[in-house]
Amino acid sequence: MPNAVPLSWYLILSAILFGLGVAGFIFRRNIITVFMSIELMLNAVNLTFVTFSYQFRQVDGHIYSFFVMVVAAAEAAVGLAIILTVFKNRKTLMIDDVNSMKY
Amino acid sequence: MTALIFLIFAAIAVFCAISLVVQTHPVSSALSLIGVMGSLAVLYLLLGGEFIAAAQLIVYAGAIMVLFVFVIMLLNAGAETPTFQTSSFVKYLGIVLLVAFLGLISFIIQATLPKTEGVIFGNFQGTAADVGLKLFTSYLLPFEVTSVLILIALVGAIVLARKEI
Repeated sequence: MPNAVPLSWYLILSAILFGLGVAGFIFRRNIITVFMSIELMLNAVNLTFVTFSYQFRQVDGHIYSFFVMVVAAAEAAVGLAIILTVFKNRKTLMIDDVNSMKY
Repeated sequence: MTALIFLIFAAIAVFCAISLVVQTHPVSSALSLIGVMGSLAVLYLLLGGEFIAAAQLIVYAGAIMVLFVFVIMLLNAGAETPTFQTSSFVKYLGIVLLVAFLGLISFIIQATLPKTEGVIFGNFQGTAADVGLKLFTSYLLPFEVTSVLILIALVGAIVLARKEI
């Protein structure tokens, strides 16, 4: 067991989490689960930022991921308000039923 | 030791992420996402990101996920029902292709990244003092713009969730 963790392991973990987030975004039909998949993707990107921050010995990556967190918080507030409004008008959470802009 | 801790929490993160995608009930997905965020906070700590690990737990796992769970409870969201039938062949083919895709990406990262000395806990500490100093000197303007963004989001959420719409 090596003592040092190779940098590529962190990046591979980040890529796997991002890929799973994309898969959830595409395959899930519940609008709340789709939204949570987006949060998972944002988290994966944050891990990359912090990893490269370690590599370059700079705290800039930490600040970027902090800004990503702030934007995610704002996005969650507005997005969940939109979900509430959609549910109030449509009485459904399935994205297949919210398709009036598709046709 | 660092590698062992990394492997344990990376495994937890991947397991919880798969659980998030596979579970049909939104509450189970939300709990899985909290698991991912908690293990990612440990990995940030391993990379020397003290401040960002604390912010991850407080802002993400605390505030944002409480908001999610609150909305799930409020809308009384039940388990997802399949709207169209997919054959089991297509399902298994999709899983195999996803695994192959992730394996390919891992291989490319492994092959193209130049060899470095690797991550050892304690070699770099991005303390809250360092982050704060940088945030209020080099990144002062983005920080102020962020406060405007938060204000807009606040007003937008209130307007969207009003009774009349």
